Amino acid sequence: MTPSPPHVPASAKNPSLTQLFVDFALCSLMGFGGVLPWARRMIVDKRRWMTAEEFNEAFSLSQFLPGPNFINFSVVFGSRIAGPRGAIVVLLGLLGPPLIIVTVLAALYARYGDLAALGRVLAGIAAAAAGLLIATVAKMARPLFGGGHYWAIAIALIGSIAVGPLHLPLQWVLLILAPISIAIAWIWR
Amino acid sequence: MKDDSPLVTLATHFALLSLFAVGGANAAMPEMHRMAVDVQGWMTDRQFADMFAISQLSPGPNVIIVTLIGFHVAGIAGALVATIAMTGPTCLVAFWVARLWDRFKDAPWRIAIQSGLVPVSIGLMAASAYIIAGAADKTLAAALITAATAAAGYFTRINPLWLFALAGALGLAGYL
Repeated sequence: MTPSPPHVPASAKNPSLTQLFVDFALCSLMGFGGVLPWARRMIVDKRRWMTAEEFNEAFSLSQFLPGPNFINFSVVFGSRIAGPRGAIVVLLGLLGPPLIIVTVLAALYARYGDLAALGRVLAGIAAAAAGLLIATVAKMARPLFGGGHYWAIAIALIGSIAVGPLHLPLQWVLLILAPISIAIAWIWR
Repeated sequence: MKDDSPLVTLATHFALLSLFAVGGANAAMPEMHRMAVDVQGWMTDRQFADMFAISQLSPGPNVIIVTLIGFHVAGIAGALVATIAMTGPTCLVAFWVARLWDRFKDAPWRIAIQSGLVPVSIGLMAASAYIIAGAADKTLAAALITAATAAAGYFTRINPLWLFALAGALGLAGYL
């Protein structure tokens, strides 16, 4: 397969592969309870590699592909910003550090079988991580309120209530809500 | 199932699982549990719950639980095989779809699909935030930390790592 030039968003600043690796490794290391908030902070707020809208589009595409969402996102983001090599470098940065940490944790667990003190620290961090995720989702929702797309706000609300408080199965909500939303987007275009 | 080749079992099971896991690693958790505890008998219920806890303790993507299962079954080689099987095939799919997606960047159908998917995706993320906050906030103090971090994260540009450190210290001291 001959590599064709990747589509580079207007806001991109052509980061080096080393920078991509280091930045994603840092996001991954800080990503207790999820990498998304840290990645959005870096990609949209700090480095301005993507606009808020471009980030939403790439992330939503990743969510509808099979497999772990954030792994998919790193492939979509990495290949868009620096081609196949970008995708590989971003993946290595994302998976390398936690792979080492989790293997060490597993060895400690096998030897001592008790992680009580670490568990208490992590209980605190989990509460903060939940708050950070709420803030990130609120930021991601902001572009929906910009263009007067009231249907999009309604779809987001229905989806969040169905899967959140109502505990409906995720796959069913996806299967029903996504085609409806796409149909509305088609009519509204 | 062949008992003599746990690496092959790990590779095929996780590769298949990943391709059917729309909705992420947490959506695949029940099936992983069924496979590791009920079908293969690799571990007890309790061990699986502990591995889930360790994967939550570790930074990085939640999918890292497959690394732990692999490590438990076949050491370092198992950890690598399970991780690569769970991420490799879907990465190729993601790469290929992303390419296709960019090629049809200006096609009306692609624009409609994309703008239809964004609000659904944001709704699902809001639901995750709701569920994760519900699981994390068992005490009033924890709920206050969540609220404070949400406000600081939305309205200020403060590095959330400071809030994480503070929350971790409060947890260690036994306030949560």
